Amino acid sequence: MDTEALQQSFNEKIDKDIRIEPKDWMPADYRKTLIRQIGQHAHSEIVGMLPEANWITRAPTLRRKCILIAKVQDEAGHGLYLYCAAETLNITREEMTEQLLTGKAKYSSIFNYPTLSWADMGAIGWLVDGAAIINQIPLCRTSYGPYARGMVRICKEESFHQRQGFDILLSLCRGSEAQKAMAQDALNRWWWPSLMMFGPRDADSPHTIQSMKWKIKRFTNDELRQKFVDMCAQQVEVLGLQIPDPELKWNEARGHYDFGEIHWDEFWNVVKGNGPCNKERIAARTRAHEEGEWVRRAALAYAQKQKSGISESQTAKATIKE
Amino acid sequence: MEQPLWEVFIRSRQGLDHKHVGSLHAADAKMAIESARDVYTRRMEGVSIWVVESKHIHASNPEEAGSFFDPAEDKIYRHPTFYKLPDEVEYM
Ligand SMILES: [Fe+2]
Ligand SMILES: [Fe+2]
Repeated sequence: MDTEALQQSFNEKIDKDIRIEPKDWMPADYRKTLIRQIGQHAHSEIVGMLPEANWITRAPTLRRKCILIAKVQDEAGHGLYLYCAAETLNITREEMTEQLLTGKAKYSSIFNYPTLSWADMGAIGWLVDGAAIINQIPLCRTSYGPYARGMVRICKEESFHQRQGFDILLSLCRGSEAQKAMAQDALNRWWWPSLMMFGPRDADSPHTIQSMKWKIKRFTNDELRQKFVDMCAQQVEVLGLQIPDPELKWNEARGHYDFGEIHWDEFWNVVKGNGPCNKERIAARTRAHEEGEWVRRAALAYAQKQKSGISESQTAKATIKE
Repeated sequence: MEQPLWEVFIRSRQGLDHKHVGSLHAADAKMAIESARDVYTRRMEGVSIWVVESKHIHASNPEEAGSFFDPAEDKIYRHPTFYKLPDEVEYM
């Protein structure tokens, strides 16, 4: 088939909502966009373990500690599902790791903020995982098969993450004044960065239109952000906390909550690498990668040795029979 | 030096088939099975795991799928619905 016919059959599949699979022909830009998006997504899951791991040893009870460990383990799993999905597009894990560690690939800016108190574990679960869920649910229907299947797995696991976060905040809000103040402080610090998780405004997001045409994305950044604000504006009342936005108000005519403008300067600044923890996060990943090097080498050397050991003993047996 | 890629198959319940769930990197089969347990069965999703190095999988060519699967297309008589039975025949 010539390229035009291949492109035609690709377009037809997209139109009919037939998934694209790894060995199918796909336009080079479609492949590139997916590698960038899935890679970014995988890196976010992996780097996202760091701010939460910071509190594992200091969780207030054994029960909270078990839950937090389980959540962080899930995030490692999410990173692995996504790396594997990206690898089906002909990029190696080594290349992706390299891109993360050299800063060539991005990850979600939210993980460049510090976790200052236990209440941050609540705010991250409720807001950050909450925002992730809203982003990820439509991705279960994304046009690339391995990505969509990975997202189905991930979404199944995410809802526990959001609930455990909400549960942390709820306990604090029902506790002493100081505990409630701690929860409010966490909400104050995490609210705006959470809204930024949906990316730039539609008008400033050049990739969105093409990604929607390819059905990689199903909703725009602003649509998803609005959904998130509507959800949180209701849930925050159960907590009895205040969302730190004086302009947040129900708009009867729109059927949505209005909200204030995001500080886009801060957003771009963190994206460019100047957030409070960018350097610390990459340093931690680099250290983990380097300190794990001898383990990976040893495992491979052992596997090689076992393999040659087996073939030697098989040859030995064969010789005896003869 | 990259660890080889393995495809993971999981039997979710006794009596069901092993089904492909994804892939992972591991130095050898034992490590691949242990990692598969940690990555793919954290919530009791499996009672048995198979792993096979991805390089050993051979696949049909998607670009030839049309002609390759074509021989089955016009054989509707392979399906029971092809046969009209008189109303008197109740269960068949
Ligand atoms: Fe996740
Ligand atoms: Fe999560």
